[in-house]
Amino acid sequence: MAILVDKNTRLLVQGITGREGEFHSQQMIEYGTQVVAGVTPGKGGQWACDGRVPVFDTAAEAVAASEANTSVVYVPARFAADAILEAADAGIPLIVCITEGIPTQDMIRVRAYLDQKGVRLVGPNCPGLLSPGEAKVGIMPGHIATPGSVGVVSRSGTLTYEVVYALTMHGIGQTTCVGIGGDPIIGTTFVDVLEMFENDPLTEQVVLIGEIGGSDEERAARFIAERMTKPVVAFIAGRTAPPGKRMGHAGAIIEGGTGTAAEKIAAFEAVGVSVAEHPEQIPELVSS
Amino acid sequence: MKLHEYQSKRLFAAHGVPIPRGEVATTPEEARHIAEELGGPVVVKSQVLVGGRGKAGGIRLAQTPDEAEKVAGEILGMEIKGLPVRKVLLDEAADIRQEIYLGVVVDRAAHRPVMMASSEGGVEIEEVARTNPEAIKRVTIDPYLGLRSYQTLTLAKGIGLAGEHRRAFDRIARGLYQAFLAYDASLAEINPLIVTAGGELLAVDGKMVLDDNGLFRHPDLAQMRDVDEETPTEREAREAGLSYVQLDGEIGCMVNGAGLAMATMDITKHFGGAPANFLDIGGGAKAERVATALRLILADPNVKAVLFNIFGGITRCDEVARGVLAALDEIRPTVPVVVRLVGTNEAEGRAVLEQSEYEMLTAATLAEAAQKAVAAARGDQQLAVSS
Repeated sequence: MAILVDKNTRLLVQGITGREGEFHSQQMIEYGTQVVAGVTPGKGGQWACDGRVPVFDTAAEAVAASEANTSVVYVPARFAADAILEAADAGIPLIVCITEGIPTQDMIRVRAYLDQKGVRLVGPNCPGLLSPGEAKVGIMPGHIATPGSVGVVSRSGTLTYEVVYALTMHGIGQTTCVGIGGDPIIGTTFVDVLEMFENDPLTEQVVLIGEIGGSDEERAARFIAERMTKPVVAFIAGRTAPPGKRMGHAGAIIEGGTGTAAEKIAAFEAVGVSVAEHPEQIPELVSS
Repeated sequence: MKLHEYQSKRLFAAHGVPIPRGEVATTPEEARHIAEELGGPVVVKSQVLVGGRGKAGGIRLAQTPDEAEKVAGEILGMEIKGLPVRKVLLDEAADIRQEIYLGVVVDRAAHRPVMMASSEGGVEIEEVARTNPEAIKRVTIDPYLGLRSYQTLTLAKGIGLAGEHRRAFDRIARGLYQAFLAYDASLAEINPLIVTAGGELLAVDGKMVLDDNGLFRHPDLAQMRDVDEETPTEREAREAGLSYVQLDGEIGCMVNGAGLAMATMDITKHFGGAPANFLDIGGGAKAERVATALRLILADPNVKAVLFNIFGGITRCDEVARGVLAALDEIRPTVPVVVRLVGTNEAEGRAVLEQSEYEMLTAATLAEAAQKAVAAARGDQQLAVSS
């Protein structure tokens, strides 16, 4: 068992004929994910990924023909907001947006619309989802993960891979690895994912990887104190980040003196969450 | 991207926000002409992208054109928090009866814009949030409904604004929100918004921060970027599509991925060193990209060692290793280089590095890599090799 994506995921790929879209679709198929359709406006009727995936002009046509229940978006930033809205209007209940660089104000409108429709968005600017042995949706390298009982949730990409790989090397498997994304406005927060892991019978522990900026980690700490029974290990990147500078991710910035790593670490420690000093300590903290 | 006060105020004015008459000068002579044109006392305001200009002596009153010329000359020679003053704004001086704060920001937790107002104008909002949070009133804005007049009334009453000013306040608040939307801002603020002796509302100071991701929609604004907002290296990195932030340590960090880059900086500090930069080279780690990044890192004279930390995910470590080698061959750095490759094909990657005639230190774990880099930066080659 896993959260968000599993063997029953029927995936629609938006932007499937783009360089990233096609490459990662191949990778997802090789991992065993059911990639049932793709969308690229103007390329309807073609086939992608060596003739294995039918391409449609619109998400609505793709959903009608394929019964897709999840979508992944690889569309360039200036068109990505439209792609997300299109998937939502086509009736897709779970949309994973990989695209980086979507204007914040586009995401404010998208998020308000999706909330009203009850559609879940993961991302944007995220590596996607990986339920080891079941399905992968996004760009995470599949072979670094292994099935097990630890849930992983992170705002980062390669830092997540590093941690997942370290867990795997220590013989600690994962239920699902969730990249929630590094932007200021995201569809799914730490609290949302913690709640899913708390309710997932196979997840026994959770690793949370946060970073500077915003206060999502502080809310996660409150949620852990009030609602979680499963142990959580945390790591926060950006202890040495200067204020007022964006550290790569649009959302990784200390603004007006808030969003520092120190505040986030203190919030977790105050509720009894172990916080790793550096990523390689995480496997020890999980197994202890 | 940050805009200057004069740029922000002009954009606000285009959306119906009243601002004082004023003009920008780059020389004392220009300042004198502007003061003559405006007539009467003027405020001479340094245009630099940092807060606390007033306290630093960068905002001064001048009664006559002669005085304006003299004051402008003094301010134009100043440095404020390390930034040289290249421009001054001369505004008609106003008779201030009341100062208000009014701003719009993106509230990440509410995932919507929020408008804030405070009766403590002229003070930084973060300062008010610390000392007197009750003074700040907020309304959350629905992106589909926009800012409504009942919301601006709630703010006006909340900060104790007299009834006669509420219509003007509503017009200004809605103008500010329109400007925030129109230019893809992440922050738009008027601080202070004043009530003059004549009973008018006037935005005497303005600030706007634009969302870099929205700049493609505003090529005209993108050109307004101030040279002092970034270091020359940061600008070169941005133009090369690399994410780079200069710091003041001695260990140059080259990493793929923003989160991993931060974690790499942190671990150098953990082991007693200090990072010289944040640098995310993105996916792929192609030789050309690595070479550009390496050149940027080595342009910083403080750098005493370079730490490569690369996670091979979809990209294989052996490919990355060949990219790193090609870059090292091209650049030939004179400082020690520590390379750590982990993930897909890491053993093959390390083998590629070992075949190289270029002398570098390799490490299997991040902790080992950081310790070696810290030791190497101290000139402790012995320790670096043996640890």
